[in-house]
Amino acid sequence: MEERDLRQLIGQVKAGRLSRRSFVQMMVGLGLTAPMATQMLASAGVAQAQTKAAPYKPTKRGGGGQLKTLWWQGATLLNPHFATGTKDQDGSRIFYEPLASWDPDGNLSPNLAAEVPTLQNGGVAKDGRSVTWKLKKGVVWHDGKPFTADDCVFTAEWVADPATASRNINTYKDLKVEKIDSHTIKITFKKPTPFWADAFVGVGGMVLPKHAFEGYKGDKSREAPANLKPLGTGPYKYVDFKPGDMVRGELFSGYHMPNRPFFDSIEMKGGGDAVSAARAVIQTGEFDYAWNMQVEDEILKRLEQGGKGKADIVAGGNIEHIQINFTDPYKDVDGERSSLKAPHPFLTDPAVRQALNLLVDRASVQEQIYGRTGIATANFLNQPARYASKATKYEFNVEKANQILEAAGWKKGSDGIRAKDGKKLKMLYQTSINQPRQKTQAIVKQASKNAGIDMELKSVTASVFFSSDVANPDTYAHFYTDIQMFTTTMTQPDPELFMLQFTSWEAASKENKYQGRNITRWRSEDYDKLFRAAESELDPVKRAALFIKMNELVIQNVVVIPVVFRPRVAAVANTLRMEQSGWDSDFWALHNWYREA
Amino acid sequence: MSKYFVRRLLILIPVLAGISLVLFTILALAPGDPFEELATNPNVPPEVRANLRAQFGLDDPIAVRYVRWFTSMVKGDWGFSFVSRVNVVTLIMQRLPTTIAVIGSAQLLGLLIAIPIGVYSATRPYSIFDQIATTCAFLGFSLPTFFTGLLFILFFSIYLDWLPFIYRADITATGWRWWWEHIRQAIMPVAVLGLAQAASMTRFMRSAVLDVIQLDYVRTARAKGLAERITIVKHVVRNALIPVVTLISLQVPTIFAGALITEQIFRVPGIGSLLISSILANDTPVVMAITFVFSALVVIFSLIADLLYGWLDPRISYR
Repeated sequence: MEERDLRQLIGQVKAGRLSRRSFVQMMVGLGLTAPMATQMLASAGVAQAQTKAAPYKPTKRGGGGQLKTLWWQGATLLNPHFATGTKDQDGSRIFYEPLASWDPDGNLSPNLAAEVPTLQNGGVAKDGRSVTWKLKKGVVWHDGKPFTADDCVFTAEWVADPATASRNINTYKDLKVEKIDSHTIKITFKKPTPFWADAFVGVGGMVLPKHAFEGYKGDKSREAPANLKPLGTGPYKYVDFKPGDMVRGELFSGYHMPNRPFFDSIEMKGGGDAVSAARAVIQTGEFDYAWNMQVEDEILKRLEQGGKGKADIVAGGNIEHIQINFTDPYKDVDGERSSLKAPHPFLTDPAVRQALNLLVDRASVQEQIYGRTGIATANFLNQPARYASKATKYEFNVEKANQILEAAGWKKGSDGIRAKDGKKLKMLYQTSINQPRQKTQAIVKQASKNAGIDMELKSVTASVFFSSDVANPDTYAHFYTDIQMFTTTMTQPDPELFMLQFTSWEAASKENKYQGRNITRWRSEDYDKLFRAAESELDPVKRAALFIKMNELVIQNVVVIPVVFRPRVAAVANTLRMEQSGWDSDFWALHNWYREA
Repeated sequence: MSKYFVRRLLILIPVLAGISLVLFTILALAPGDPFEELATNPNVPPEVRANLRAQFGLDDPIAVRYVRWFTSMVKGDWGFSFVSRVNVVTLIMQRLPTTIAVIGSAQLLGLLIAIPIGVYSATRPYSIFDQIATTCAFLGFSLPTFFTGLLFILFFSIYLDWLPFIYRADITATGWRWWWEHIRQAIMPVAVLGLAQAASMTRFMRSAVLDVIQLDYVRTARAKGLAERITIVKHVVRNALIPVVTLISLQVPTIFAGALITEQIFRVPGIGSLLISSILANDTPVVMAITFVFSALVVIFSLIADLLYGWLDPRISYR
């Protein structure tokens, strides 16, 4: 889809002929994210939609008893800027709040901000170099001190400091925050920034209190007592924390929204596994909410028959995909395997990659393994079935794969395996230890055997596979196999960082200690050009068109084979009223949770 | 005997130092790193990860790290967890009460079941009671704890809905209600563990009593006209208990390591689950602290077992 077509669609939304919702869904179908789509509309002057708030019924604060939640990976620390996973971000989100959050439709929903900055109200500058946020008045921290612009300025500086070694440093290092008055801040970006809604928004945007972290800057940052006893503005205040086991909070009577929160206390219990967590919510009703149900759909359906709870599914940006190695994992060049200097013997042949793409039976993987929790897709950036992009669609056809390979000169030998010029189509396929993944591997292996490709399966324990240990050959970054499979999480609503993993300068190698983000080691000048253009493109529509093209380039060249996109699945008790967002933390709207008998 | 005691104590120190060296080396050589979750996140720049590793001293050579750890441990500073920056001692102390309560009760339950049944079985060998008890004992220690655990959950939590199956260390209730809630949630893990223990202890008790009951002095006691009950309790059991007591004292350190599988199934926040999650997260200081304390306990309790045996049985002498 060209930029021209996108502008036409936006024009239609402006004129009222196309609903906002349909536009957003179409953009998601092309591989963009909902927040990007809403930003496109906002830049064209289409009025920002109000977050469609689900009705909040309780008429007074408190009285709801205890909210019991289950995170099968327990939170290990309570500072969101040091989080090593969503469990820590969620644990922190109980107590801290950002200026705004992402709702499920990709709109910004204000928390500590008085209103969302837009072009119309002058919050967003036309040249893309600054944003002005107006802060809500009357907000207090849990210890009673008032929340002011000083806290925002301090948080930005604290996170941007490289000595703090915060995981959110990229969001805050290229900007400056200045205080205009006690409840207004202005963010100035070093260079024109198309996606401005990153700083102070969502999980990376929680504001820390200046008076609690004042004496703990730089390398002293990890010693702050507030890291373990959080002091925030959220609906619940800190009571107790046992790392890996339990986080407890109680109602904060000075909370800045009326009649909220409903519950008197909250508990976030950790440990165990996903299936027993699903059981505890859906079958026995011991808990009200459980996070990240990586459970087979068949089991979830059986549990739901108990009638106490259900699985709540919402779209996000995570994609389970198979990566193709463009370098040779078995050849050692200067002590490095999978080196850029040694191209792969047969995966660099586009015919082989196209054949592989045809051998992944996504429909079966969805039906038999993931069910509602995994939706077959052809795009690397997610895609709902109704709005399939014409340029990218998936197909499962063993016959066609055979034909393609035959035509490219890969003839079957006496052992049934195809070979050409002495090179056999024998592949090693690795992934982490996880039952649905092992089943997917078996399905792909079976289909490949019918096409004359011999596949050997390998599975590595998750804590090793996903580690960044330079010396360990089994990590996904080393990629010492021919193909590998895992889920990449798109933690930000903006795809720029996500698409960075196909640029040639990010190729992982021994030199950069395998920390480069381009693990397939694919290099393409066209892609690099498109990426550079998108980086500095201010016009959200032009930018979106560039990302769509980048996605198509990746899919058409079969650099990765997307399998299923993974929506977020949570287990929710039938009496609990809450809303999940795929673009933010599970607790993005914790203040609105209540129980209805 | 005091010479023996002092000698054993002196040997303890190099043994413990050697154990700590082996543990540390193995952990340092193991793959994986504590910041793995940051690796899959495209948002985190590689410099930040590298910075973190340098900050925690993960890139220094093994010998340097070992000496650093050993010297601070001797001073009483056990370090802090890489993952959560909490003092290791605090972490262990948070989990200790639960471990002692659940695992300790399980051991006690095991003993309370095993001793009477073992003794009674031995006094009537090959009777119906004995056959049943033996069968149950074999069943008990062949069925793995995860199986019995899941079975219990299926029956008592899901079908009958009598007991909760997620252990919560912080129940917000007071008075007898607090006790009642705690007992309700502890019944299943304690039963699972206790029955597994009881199974092996029963057999051991039974064979110990059988050994003693055939001896001459028992026959004399019976001939003297002593009531059967008094013969058994006052003479037989006391002597049969000697080997059993030493076995029990050797098992005490295992309370500390907890029962890993049971803790996973029931989500009991004990030291065992702390050990497992620290290993998986490559949280070296915590793993070192726990395994070191465990090995120290094993060494100390084996010393206690030796001394106890010598004290209980006057025929043993030390050289």
